[in-house]
Amino acid sequence: MADVKKNRIGLEITPYRGGKTTLCAGCGHNAISERIIDAFFEMGIHPRDVLKLSGIGCSSKTPAYFLADAHGFNSVHGRMPSVGTGALLANKKMIAIGVSGDGDTGAIGIGQFVHLMRRNVPITYIIEDNGCYGLTKGQFSPTADLGSTLKNGVVNDLPPIDTCMLAVQLGASFVARSFSGDKKQLLSILKAAIAHRGTAMIDVISPCVTFNDHEGSTKSYAYAKEHDEAMGEVNFVPFFEDINIDYDPGTTTAVTMHDGSKLFLKKVAEDYNPTDKLSAIRLMYETHARGEFPTGILYIEPDKDDLLTQLNLVDTPLAFLPTEVVRPGKDVLDAVMEEHR
Amino acid sequence: MNKVVNDFSIQIATVNGSGSQTANLVILRSIFQMGIPVSGKNMFPSNIAGLPTWYTVRANKDGFIARKKEVDFLVAMNAETAKEDVMSLEPGRAVVYDEPLKLNELRTDLTFYPVPFDKLVATVCTDAKLRRLVKNMIYDGVLSHLLNIDMGEMEKALRKQFGKKVKAADLNMGALKAGAEYAQQNLTKSDPFVVERMNKTDGMILIEGNTAGALGAMFAGVTVVAWYPITPSSSLPESLIGYMKKYRLDKDGKATYAIIQAEDEIASIGMVLGAGWAGARAMTSTSGPGVSLMSEFAGLAYYAEVPGVVFDIQRVGPSTGLPTRTAQGDIVTTALLSHGDTKQILLIPCSVEECFEMAQDAFDIAERFQQLVFVMSDLDLGMNMWMSKTFTYPEKVFDRGKVLTAENVKELGAEWGRYRDVDHDGIPYRTLPGTGMPSYFTRGSGHNERGQYSERPDDYQRNVDRLSRKHQTAKKYVPAPIVEDAATEVGIIGYGTSHWAIVECREQLESEAGIKTAYLRLRAYPFPDEVEAFIKRYKRVYLVEQNRDAQMKTLMKIELPDGVTNHVRSVLHYNGLPIDARSLTDDILVQEGRKAPDTVHAEMTAPRAAVTMAREE
Repeated sequence: MADVKKNRIGLEITPYRGGKTTLCAGCGHNAISERIIDAFFEMGIHPRDVLKLSGIGCSSKTPAYFLADAHGFNSVHGRMPSVGTGALLANKKMIAIGVSGDGDTGAIGIGQFVHLMRRNVPITYIIEDNGCYGLTKGQFSPTADLGSTLKNGVVNDLPPIDTCMLAVQLGASFVARSFSGDKKQLLSILKAAIAHRGTAMIDVISPCVTFNDHEGSTKSYAYAKEHDEAMGEVNFVPFFEDINIDYDPGTTTAVTMHDGSKLFLKKVAEDYNPTDKLSAIRLMYETHARGEFPTGILYIEPDKDDLLTQLNLVDTPLAFLPTEVVRPGKDVLDAVMEEHR
Repeated sequence: MNKVVNDFSIQIATVNGSGSQTANLVILRSIFQMGIPVSGKNMFPSNIAGLPTWYTVRANKDGFIARKKEVDFLVAMNAETAKEDVMSLEPGRAVVYDEPLKLNELRTDLTFYPVPFDKLVATVCTDAKLRRLVKNMIYDGVLSHLLNIDMGEMEKALRKQFGKKVKAADLNMGALKAGAEYAQQNLTKSDPFVVERMNKTDGMILIEGNTAGALGAMFAGVTVVAWYPITPSSSLPESLIGYMKKYRLDKDGKATYAIIQAEDEIASIGMVLGAGWAGARAMTSTSGPGVSLMSEFAGLAYYAEVPGVVFDIQRVGPSTGLPTRTAQGDIVTTALLSHGDTKQILLIPCSVEECFEMAQDAFDIAERFQQLVFVMSDLDLGMNMWMSKTFTYPEKVFDRGKVLTAENVKELGAEWGRYRDVDHDGIPYRTLPGTGMPSYFTRGSGHNERGQYSERPDDYQRNVDRLSRKHQTAKKYVPAPIVEDAATEVGIIGYGTSHWAIVECREQLESEAGIKTAYLRLRAYPFPDEVEAFIKRYKRVYLVEQNRDAQMKTLMKIELPDGVTNHVRSVLHYNGLPIDARSLTDDILVQEGRKAPDTVHAEMTAPRAAVTMAREE
């Protein structure tokens, strides 16, 4: 009998899997769930140490399909960021992953998205971006293409929101874009995002096979394959692995993550610097103008303090502090009463 | 002239933003220090500077501290409202006024004391920019002489008010003395109102309800606070921030709490849910508009069974709808907050002491029942200064509810299901992330007892029926009503800040009309069984509320068996001002047929009382 593959903490892949998907066959979201499973398995993170959160929509159903043993919270539409923030405030030792969609983030949830980035809450925030509302049968989302058409002939005459551009401007310390069909790149990005301390925002183009996979959609399999401009290769080496990959220092940027992991980004453009906001924004504008979308890690700021660091919290998770720590003594009440006499 | 000792109200009419609050609190505190029961009511506009504002100080030897409807002593500093303020006084009252306003020409049946404020302030304050602020302390000086308030107590109160700002205190002391000296030399006391020392405030404190609520939360061990600014709630989280910074850092200066000013009330309650789900004692504080915004999450909390505490400092109406005026207008919306079948838990404090205690109860009950608990305070309680005996240090062990541990998980064995009613009280066991206990998937109402996704009709119905049982169990856990029975046909039910007016109203009913009353003060929803029993014991029951639509009565109609509330009549006060005893007494006397509707003050109730009676018949 062949040995079953185990990860560095001795777990097989089974506890990393989830329930059977109820999404459409061929849905890009299912491929993303697979990569999330791979990433957590390969990094050797125990599923019980993970909080998996979501809002509402097709994308937000997916936490049921990965990491069955993680603590899941399917919250309300567009408001997963606040629930995730609260959960991390209560227990700063948990590793959080949030799954949202383009409607859940770009429309109803845009406010909470903005403030999640602004606070740099340590969470991997994935937008499964298909340009439409799948679960309510195909209405336009805020990332729908200008000029795209619904089955009933309605034309979208509003320009799309670029969530990556927004995230960079708002203060996210890790911004990436990928494509659900690009297994290798998405996996590397996910691992780097999970290792990152701060908000890691990943917009994953994920075709909706039922409502938005037609010709002319920039969120279709065909378009993504044709117009995905990968910003070179992404290689992520977690802290527990020896660095043994080949890289040419002249054409590769190496970024050290807070836990000592290394991120190697192979450059395609000479002047592209993923730690520089202006470079990232210029890149996005230029590729947009060509009708293409850049994929890879577009921006990273590994040393920025996250919310929990800024709050200077005690080491024990707030949820587990004992009474004697959280209930001040009688002397304190006496002193306060004295002030009010 | 007969003296009226320790039984009067002072109303100070000023312009918002003129710094009068300090002077007003010095008056309040001085009388309090002299041992006389006091209350202060700030009737302020939704405005930073420029609009009229009134502050009422009531001194009452018998301890009645509800707002007094009649003004006995007016300090008219605001030209804009002075005329109307004077015209609305009952004969025989006194007016201190800014001399150039010539208010003495308006009426002959009042005592007028002109004071040249501008002239006086110029002599004590060389900095012209500060004069507007310092001017207020002059009326304190005048009142000190006219009402016989001890100057030593005034100085003590003033210095307490200014704290470490010695220079400002000295400057204001100058104004205080100048006012007193002017009054001594130029004014002849010719009204009956005076203060005489008593000992009825020994060992007591003066504190706002929001400060008391914040203290309660701190001593309840709150660890996560998310809030959004809104009047009249903001001072609760703001004073909490102050206390936590001082008393909740560990020896290395690290915080044992997190306080987040969220982007809105939806995010606030979302953070509370996330934190409560992950095991923290989490809270937010808001007012009616915020509660409305929290509605969806409140429903999710109900069905997903997530604990959290929400302070609702009630005010009048949405948007620009009198945000700085008080009401009890969120009762129905909050009790049934959200869509689907939802029933929340409400605790209703009437005093600052109860703000402190119920804040603590709220966290215990929230964790015990794994749901939101709303502490229904109001603007009057939250933002006004109340006297109180000192708070009792909580010795009680926190009730952290049914959380699965390594020990009890063995007892339950493979049987653990997140939403299983093991103990037949409707309350399931939960696990917390990071404890190594089994995980579960938290979602809305579509789940079975094991927490798995389900849309089966039997799963859904079994679950909502269990939630009903849980609500029944809560009746025994929430603060019980305070009941005072009497040999009479008339019962009164009240809740929250109405209490103080009811206490005085009962005395008026008995002394003026010989009507004895029984009294039940309601302190929570769901209603403990005693509520129904009390209503049945009395022939006519008056339910006092500070809203137009008799919201608590509506809730009782929903909750209690058919017909129980048929003989419950409403006494409603809803003009944005704190409730007063006179209006209550008059309303009840009219409904009892002891007073003709047209003999009571117009602002009241006459037309509505008639309607109420018609409806009852």
